[in-house]
Amino acid sequence: MKLSAKHSTLLLLALIIALAPIFFPSAYYFRIGSVVFVNAVAVVGIVILTGYAGQISLGHAGFSGIGGYACALAPVHLGLHPALAAVLGAVVSGVMAYLVGRPILRLKGYYLAVASLGFGILVSMVLANETAITGGPDGIKVADLGLRTLLADAGVPLTNAQFWYAFSGICLLIGSWLALNLHDSPTGRALRALHGSEIAARTVGVDVARAKVTAFVISAVYASVAGSLIALQNRMITPDVAGYMHSIEMVTMAVLGGAGSVLGAILGATILTLLPQALTVFQQYEQIMLGLVMMLVMIFMREGLLPSLTALVRGRGE
Amino acid sequence: MTELLQFLLSGITVGAVYALVALGFTIIYNASDVVNFAQGEFVMLGGMITVFAYKAGLPIPVAALFAILLTAAIGVAFNRVAIETARGAPVVSLIIITIGASIFIQGVAQVVFGKELHRLPSFSGDDPIRILEATILPQSFWVIGGAMVVFVGLWLFFTRTLLGRAVLATSNNRVAAQLVGINTGFVMTLSFGLSAGIGALAGVLITPITLTSYQVGIALALKGFAGAMLGGMGNPKGALIGGLMLGLLESVTAGYLSSQYKDAVAFVVILAVLFAMPQGLFGRKATERV
Repeated sequence: MKLSAKHSTLLLLALIIALAPIFFPSAYYFRIGSVVFVNAVAVVGIVILTGYAGQISLGHAGFSGIGGYACALAPVHLGLHPALAAVLGAVVSGVMAYLVGRPILRLKGYYLAVASLGFGILVSMVLANETAITGGPDGIKVADLGLRTLLADAGVPLTNAQFWYAFSGICLLIGSWLALNLHDSPTGRALRALHGSEIAARTVGVDVARAKVTAFVISAVYASVAGSLIALQNRMITPDVAGYMHSIEMVTMAVLGGAGSVLGAILGATILTLLPQALTVFQQYEQIMLGLVMMLVMIFMREGLLPSLTALVRGRGE
Repeated sequence: MTELLQFLLSGITVGAVYALVALGFTIIYNASDVVNFAQGEFVMLGGMITVFAYKAGLPIPVAALFAILLTAAIGVAFNRVAIETARGAPVVSLIIITIGASIFIQGVAQVVFGKELHRLPSFSGDDPIRILEATILPQSFWVIGGAMVVFVGLWLFFTRTLLGRAVLATSNNRVAAQLVGINTGFVMTLSFGLSAGIGALAGVLITPITLTSYQVGIALALKGFAGAMLGGMGNPKGALIGGLMLGLLESVTAGYLSSQYKDAVAFVVILAVLFAMPQGLFGRKATERV
C-alpha cells in the first residue's frame, strides 16, 4: 500500500515526536521539545497565510497575546474552565482577524503587512498598559489546565514536562493534519491559486478577498492556540508573548524552513528554537541572526530550507 | 484655547518628523515599488550616530553631517546588496527582506550602541519660547524648519533638475525610462541614498527632544507609513501633509484622550484610510482592488 504525501508527512511527524524522547539525556529536553511544538503550531498557521495564500502578517503575536491572556483572564472573570478559555481566545482572535482583515484584504500588496504590524503593537500596548486587568508588564498567573491530574487519576502518571511535551506534540499533530487537509481542499486550492496570480484566480471564479480573509482568520486561530498553550504550560503570561519580536520570530521560522510546506515550517521552528538553547551567544545576537536569516533566505533560497534541499536531493537522484 | 494651541505646536513638531519619514518612504516607493520597512531604522541611525560622534568629541554640525552621510551610505549598500539582488521577487519576499534589514540594523545597533536611552543637547538652548499663552522649544523650530527645507529642496530637485526628472520618469515607467537612456540603476541608488539621508536628518533633529534608543525605528516606520497612506501613497505633497496631520491627531489625542494610547492613532488612521479611501487624500494612482 502506498501512503499519500499527507499521510507520510503526518506519520513521519508522529514518529519523530514519539521517538525523540529516547535520545533525551535529561528531563529538561521535554521542556525544550514542548516549546518547539508550541512555536511550530503558530508557524503552521503562518504556512497557511504566507505559504498557501501569499500574504504576510507582521502582528501575529497579537493573536497569541489574545489566546494567552484569555486563558489567564476568562477563568478568573468569567469562571470558565481554562480549556474553554482557550477556545474563547481562539474565537476572539478569529473575529478580530476578520474585522481587521476584511477591509484590508480587498486591496492588493503590502497593506496587510502594515495594518497587522499596527495591530500587533496595539495589542501589546493594551496588555502592558491596562495594569488593573492584565497585571501590566510583569504578567499574570494562569490557572491549571487540570488534565495532568486527571491522567494521574486514570493511572497515567506523567511529570509536568512530559505531559506538556505530549500534549503540545498532539496539538501540533492535529494542527498539521488540519493544515494538510486544507492544502488539498477547495479553499486551499483557491488560496494557492491566488498566491500564483490574483487575477487568474478571480478569472476562474475564486472570491479572492474572501479567500484571503479566510486564510488570515485561520492563521490567527493557530497563533491564538499557540499563545494559550504558552500560557497554560508556563502557568503565567507576560505581554512579551504579543511583542513585535515574537511576530518576527514566527515569520522567520516559517520562511527559513519553507513557508510553503508544513514540515519545512516545523523544521524552521525547530532550528530557531534550538539554536539559542544550544549556543547562548545567540541570545545577544538574536536580532542580528533573525534579520540575516530573513534577508539571506529571501535572496538566495526563496522556497526555504526544506523545499530547496528536497529539490537538490531529487535533482541528484534523477 | 491655550491648551489646544500647545497641543498644536507639539503636534506640528512630531508631525514634521513623521512627514520626513513619509517622504523617505515615498521616494523609495516611487523609484522601486518597494515599501521599505527599514525606513525607521534610518531615523534611529541618524540620531544614534550623531550622539556617539558628538561624544567622541566632534562638534554637533560635523557629527550630524557624518551621521547623515554614513546613513545614506548604509541605504545605498542595502539597495545594492539586498534589493537589487532580489529584483523581480514577489511583494511578500521584498517585505520580508526590508523587515529583515530593519531587525538586523536594530540588532547591530543594540550591540554597538547598547540598550539604554541616549541624549543629545539641543542645538540652540532649552529656553522655551512663548507664543501667545503656549510655549515651544527652540529645537522644534529646527525640526519644522528642517522638514520645510527638505521639502522645498526635493520639490526643486524633482521639478527643476534633469536628474530629478529622471527619477520621476523612472517611477512612472521603468522600462520607458530605460528606453530613453535613463540609468535606472543609478536612480535606484540615488533614491535609497536620498531617502536614508532624509531619515537620518529627521533622527538628528528630533533626538534632542525625544531622546533615542535602538528600538525607536519600527514605531517611526509605522507612523511614517500611516502619514504616507493618509496623504496618498507615492505623492510627496501627500506625505508632507499626511505626516503633519498624523502628528496633530496624535498630540490632540494625547492631550484630550489618553497619552498612553497616542501610539494607537497611527493604527486607527491606517485602518480608517484603508476602509474609507485607500487612495488617500492626494493619491493619483488607483489602488489595485481584488
